[in-house]
Amino acid sequence: MATVTYSGATRIYPGSEKPAVDKLDIEIQDGEFLVLVGPSGCGKSTSLRMLAGLEEVDEGSIYINDTDVSNLPPKSRDIAMVFQNYALYPHMSVFDNMAFALKLRRMPKADIKQRVEDAAKLLDLSDYLGRKPKALSGGQRQRVAMGRAIVREPQVFLMDEPLSNLDAKLRVQTRSQIASLQKRLGITTVYVTHDQIEAMTMGHRIAVMKDGLLQQCDTPRTLYEKPGNTFVAGFIGSPAMNLKTVSLTEAGALFGDVTLPLSREVRDAATQDGGDQQVTVGFRPEHCKLGAEGSGGIPVEVDLVEELGSEAYVYGHAAYNDSSERFVVRTESAHVPRLSETVYVVPEPGHEHVFHASTGQRLN
Amino acid sequence: MTAAAREQAARIGETRGDRLRRMLSSRVASVVALLIAVLWTIPTFGLFINSLRPDQEIRTSGWWTFFTDPEISLYNYNYVLYSDSQGGGLFVNLINTVVITIIGVLVPVTFAALAAYALSWINFRGRNALYIGIFALQVVPLQMALIPLLSIFSRGLHIGDFTLMPAWDLDGVYTIVQVWIAHSIFGLPLAIFLLHNFMRELPGDVMEAARIDGATHSQIFRKVVLPLVTPALASIAIFQFLWVWNDFLVGRTFAPGEATRPLTAVLGDMAGTWGFGWTRLPAAAFIAIIVPLVVFLLLQRYFVRGLLAGSVKG
Repeated sequence: MATVTYSGATRIYPGSEKPAVDKLDIEIQDGEFLVLVGPSGCGKSTSLRMLAGLEEVDEGSIYINDTDVSNLPPKSRDIAMVFQNYALYPHMSVFDNMAFALKLRRMPKADIKQRVEDAAKLLDLSDYLGRKPKALSGGQRQRVAMGRAIVREPQVFLMDEPLSNLDAKLRVQTRSQIASLQKRLGITTVYVTHDQIEAMTMGHRIAVMKDGLLQQCDTPRTLYEKPGNTFVAGFIGSPAMNLKTVSLTEAGALFGDVTLPLSREVRDAATQDGGDQQVTVGFRPEHCKLGAEGSGGIPVEVDLVEELGSEAYVYGHAAYNDSSERFVVRTESAHVPRLSETVYVVPEPGHEHVFHASTGQRLN
Repeated sequence: MTAAAREQAARIGETRGDRLRRMLSSRVASVVALLIAVLWTIPTFGLFINSLRPDQEIRTSGWWTFFTDPEISLYNYNYVLYSDSQGGGLFVNLINTVVITIIGVLVPVTFAALAAYALSWINFRGRNALYIGIFALQVVPLQMALIPLLSIFSRGLHIGDFTLMPAWDLDGVYTIVQVWIAHSIFGLPLAIFLLHNFMRELPGDVMEAARIDGATHSQIFRKVVLPLVTPALASIAIFQFLWVWNDFLVGRTFAPGEATRPLTAVLGDMAGTWGFGWTRLPAAAFIAIIVPLVVFLLLQRYFVRGLLAGSVKG
């Protein structure tokens, strides 16, 4: 049972000026499932490896409970890690792979056997204990890697993209298994992924990172409903939010001839800090409708329609001025527009996201 | 589909390794390989036949006459192994060679494994410089190091009047220590280089997983790295074994006395310097061959695997 605290933790790789992780501050509660997410090279894996003790902490510190572990070797941190490639010991049987850490701790043989067998039962691996990793499928190897972490009964689980080597179907299945396993064991978990759907479905809280900087750390719902800046807004949600930087008028944001009304406070905030009479407005594909001509919607010419059965996504470009802004709209599959038809996109009121045009920070 | 077309289809998507394997396993290649093998084995075979013939026969006719006029005698074997006369008593030299070889293989391979692990998986300052230094040592020819090394053993190391290491003053049987040290020193650079390359290829994730599992460097070395590099260790051990077993120069130089003389030194004397009893040479040479032959046959699995290491994945 443990809390984890990153306090201004920074990692600068030798030979590089720019920190890979820049003054990271996160507090992780006991038993929490925290997901670190971001595009590749954003520093999420480095953050995890700093907590594991595989990377140095150049500035700031990392605490597990109230102990500063920044300078402790991995073995003294009481953590277990699941690697992307599983990193199983190829010359050991499944049993020995799981028992390795316990043997190093000189735990009595009977206890080791008990623990490994319990974990194997939990993960449906009982029949494979005598096999070598080479003789296992990808999903089984992944479970062995999980088992190796579980038998340790560590303070913290660390997982570095543990699902990215599985096929799509198995990934979805394992995703929910890991989440429920974590809930059952109640062990604080830090999970790294680049897949925002994995992050949304598994995490109690999600920390979105970009270029070594923490963008926002909150529950999946809040990230979805109130993304803190344009990066988070574009990263969370699939297909991505329609994010457009347009001119700001007395009334609101101007899309061609159509004005999206904005409140007075928002307009004031948008003009400060070098806003330059521009504002960035976002609305999600699922939060707008297709209206008729004259409904006050933004005119969009349809380029492509993706039918998914229950719904359809309409991709198009703006049909005003010479703008080539692209839009995505979700619609019911019963009313699908034809290609090159002009449709009118009406954002649902109350669901628009407004950001400062130059700083990218949220305004409403 | 015709056979040619089918073959063509089978070749699509073939990797370079697949092609090599296909070419090497064709019938023509097998016949050629067999021919080469037979051709290469003939001299050894002749040596073996000759070792079993009586002195007089060896002197007067070639080994192939054995087939028309077979006459077998174990006299030569008996003489070279157990006789007290000149060119006999090889049994003692055989033991010398075995003793030299066992230590001369174990020590360098052990140290090379430790050094290769440190150079590939422990982070310390100057690691790369050290590695390059060791690698570069391979360009120093063994012959150039003989006299400096000999002078260290017999005179010690001095800077001006200051003595870093006194002379060893080894005598008789104890000069074998010098041979062990010389063989270890000469064998280490290549062994470290090969093992380093091999260990470097091990997945870093696995090392990190072991560290997180709580293993120290010595535990990682013993329980994770060693089992994974066994084939490489075996093949390097075989190389070193063959080198030490067949060595003439180092043994001659560092253990010149009667008590420590290795087989090769005696064989050399038989063939050249004194010219005595060259008819007994086939038997003596065959005794020298047997052990490496047995070792090679027992470990050839590792030998081939070690040679291929890194080039073929999976």
